[in-house]
Amino acid sequence: MAAAIFQGFGASTALSLSKSIDSKRVKLPFGRSLSERRASFVVVGSDGRLVSDSSRARKLVTNAVATKADSAASTSASKPGHELLLFEALQEGLEEEMDRDPHVCVMGEDVGHYGGSYKVTKGLAKKFGDLRVLDTPIAENSFTGMGIGAAMTGLRPIVEGMNMGFLLLAYNQISNNCGMLHYTSGGQFKIPIVIRGPGGVGRQLGAEHSQRLESYFQSIPGIQMVACSTPYNAKGLMKAAIRSDNPVILFEHVLLYNLKERIPDEEYVLSLEEAEMVRPGEHVTILTYSRMRYHVMQAAKTLVNKGYDPEVIDIRSLKPFDLYTIGNSVKKTHRVLIVEECMRTGGIGASLTAAINENFHDYLDAPIVCLSSQDVPTPYAGTLEEWTVVQPAQIVTAVEQLCQ
Amino acid sequence: MDFPGGKVAFTPEMSFISESPEERAHCYRVLDEDGQPLAHSSFIQVSKEVAVRMYTEMVTLQTMDNIFYEAQRQGRISFYVTSIGEEAINIASAAALRFDDLVFPQYREPGVLLWRGFTLQEFANQCFGNRDDYGKGRQMPIHYGSNKLNYFTVSSTIATQIPHAVGAAYSLKMDKKDACVVTYFGDGGTSEGDFHAAINFAAVREAPVIFICRNNGWAISTPTSDQFRSDGIVVRGQAYGVRSIRVDGNDALAMYSSVQAARVMAIGEQRPILIEALTYRAGHHSTSDDSTKYRPANEIEWWRTARDPVSRLRKWIESNGWWSEEAESELRSNVRKQLLHAIQVAEKVEKPPISDLFTDVYDVPPSNLREQEMVLRETIKRYPQEYPGDVPV
Repeated sequence: MAAAIFQGFGASTALSLSKSIDSKRVKLPFGRSLSERRASFVVVGSDGRLVSDSSRARKLVTNAVATKADSAASTSASKPGHELLLFEALQEGLEEEMDRDPHVCVMGEDVGHYGGSYKVTKGLAKKFGDLRVLDTPIAENSFTGMGIGAAMTGLRPIVEGMNMGFLLLAYNQISNNCGMLHYTSGGQFKIPIVIRGPGGVGRQLGAEHSQRLESYFQSIPGIQMVACSTPYNAKGLMKAAIRSDNPVILFEHVLLYNLKERIPDEEYVLSLEEAEMVRPGEHVTILTYSRMRYHVMQAAKTLVNKGYDPEVIDIRSLKPFDLYTIGNSVKKTHRVLIVEECMRTGGIGASLTAAINENFHDYLDAPIVCLSSQDVPTPYAGTLEEWTVVQPAQIVTAVEQLCQ
Repeated sequence: MDFPGGKVAFTPEMSFISESPEERAHCYRVLDEDGQPLAHSSFIQVSKEVAVRMYTEMVTLQTMDNIFYEAQRQGRISFYVTSIGEEAINIASAAALRFDDLVFPQYREPGVLLWRGFTLQEFANQCFGNRDDYGKGRQMPIHYGSNKLNYFTVSSTIATQIPHAVGAAYSLKMDKKDACVVTYFGDGGTSEGDFHAAINFAAVREAPVIFICRNNGWAISTPTSDQFRSDGIVVRGQAYGVRSIRVDGNDALAMYSSVQAARVMAIGEQRPILIEALTYRAGHHSTSDDSTKYRPANEIEWWRTARDPVSRLRKWIESNGWWSEEAESELRSNVRKQLLHAIQVAEKVEKPPISDLFTDVYDVPPSNLREQEMVLRETIKRYPQEYPGDVPV
């Protein structure tokens, strides 16, 4: 009998979870029917015991961006799994895959001896050598192109953009070659490359370092895009991306690298095309990803106190969308709120709105509401910057209006 | 303590390094214009078989270019790019390489594929985009690719293949293979950022790549005087710390020797080599171009005839007694016949099926593409008269 699946409630340190995996459905490939998936969840309370009463489940509390050490420290000693920060989870996933397959290699600026600007590649150069963890000159077009050439020749490179915004310089290679060459060569050459890096609005990094590349890349045929948001899904998605034969762009967020969570000791790989049910509910479907997940969960706290029951889904897969999970949710709640960090024009939210309208129009009781950043470059001043990003208060207001 | 970069001699005399050298970098050549070996020329001896094979392939390439160009003019194929004037670069460099060496072409190097065994039928199939095309009809004509022959599919974008080549060389280096990577590009391509970054990187990472620049004088209508002000491309090698040589690109023996020597250095010493092959683009940029608009017609004609690399090699093999008039006319008529036949066959083969529109975007078609294919098929069923009859559903 397959082990039950525990779903997380955000990477809050107030909650420590143990997750065991149904070994039969470690990875769901494209196109396979998702009927093996369960719709129901088992909730784990902060004391580690199973909670079967759904009303108690609603009182579970999560933090937006976890920073404090948690009270579960006393129980952590008895729990399986190990605690780590998100960037360490990425590194663990990367290291495991490099151990497993000698073709996996890393290239990027300062990834080698410096360990990467966000320390995701720390220690790897020492362990695997200079040739497998390659420091590149400042030429994003060049080293992305290099990665593509290496991938076509049989390696499985992971290209790190120091900041996602810098990958705009590599856009030509990503669009015209990475996405295209498998197709135009008639399937003769494949490109199993992973392109990853931190993006999103940080803390006063300036307009050029606050880009949301997922909006620009979403149209490129031939690539897949995923966004991680917790240490658990960061490691799982990293491993899945490396094992995929398609080019995958893994979006990390500058502000989420220090999230702490307890993740399983056993090996696990997540599906690239699946969304994550963060909090089941009945009244409204809130779709979000990356950092906005935490703003949503913070708003959920307030909403729950006001008597609402939001269903929160971290869409994780930005291209393609997991319309199965999303559709089931829409059919249940009939109201959709999308919370994203992208600009209003041409962002992930815009595409998601279109996709849901097209596919689930009959199930909607109200027009889809999409909360996004304004169409402005991110200002440097802290107060201004804060107001270009969707805040929990706005999310609460939007839900209240939607549920009237 | 020395400045970063190492010890350097200091001088009280202020002098600027000139922007142009006193003398331009010398150009290596073996045969003179009449196909006779120059005195004191050092070159790798070529056997009769190899020489004759090189010549026949050059003639084949030249004939293929002429016939396919005409086919485009007749509306039988939609587009074509010739390599007229650059046959020696194409064939001789390919002859000097081994099969395991990976080739990253720009688009004016079909001769390398020809040398490795791509058949005239396979060329025709790609140009006609029929069911037998390895690219499954997805690319424009002349965007050949063959993983079997280690020739990476041509991508229209300029110079993007140069970083790919460096990445592939890095892969070979990691596997310690006895092979190198060769990448080709034109004079125009060297202006692209990808060129500079890639060659710099290859030098830093000691990657076994041979960079072959076909400096044919023109980037569509832009002459090299508007492309760069350096003494061609060869001087850039030293700027990046890369060993380089300038070669007469219309001299098959010089190309052969230099590429072979480069290969030995690239693999043996694990370093990149830059070869600038001087030549002239005797044809138009493509079938969408009429170069008489920006250069004199008599100049083009002169290069086509008086400086033709094919006839230059012919003179050499004839003087060795390895070739004859009869062999010439037999070869040309044979090749011509084969080409016309290949075109006829390719024209009749049906086009790739509609399902090939959606495969290979990913390893397995995802749900949105499967849905889109369904929608397309329904549309075709509803409006069959709008759908072309020669494309299978």
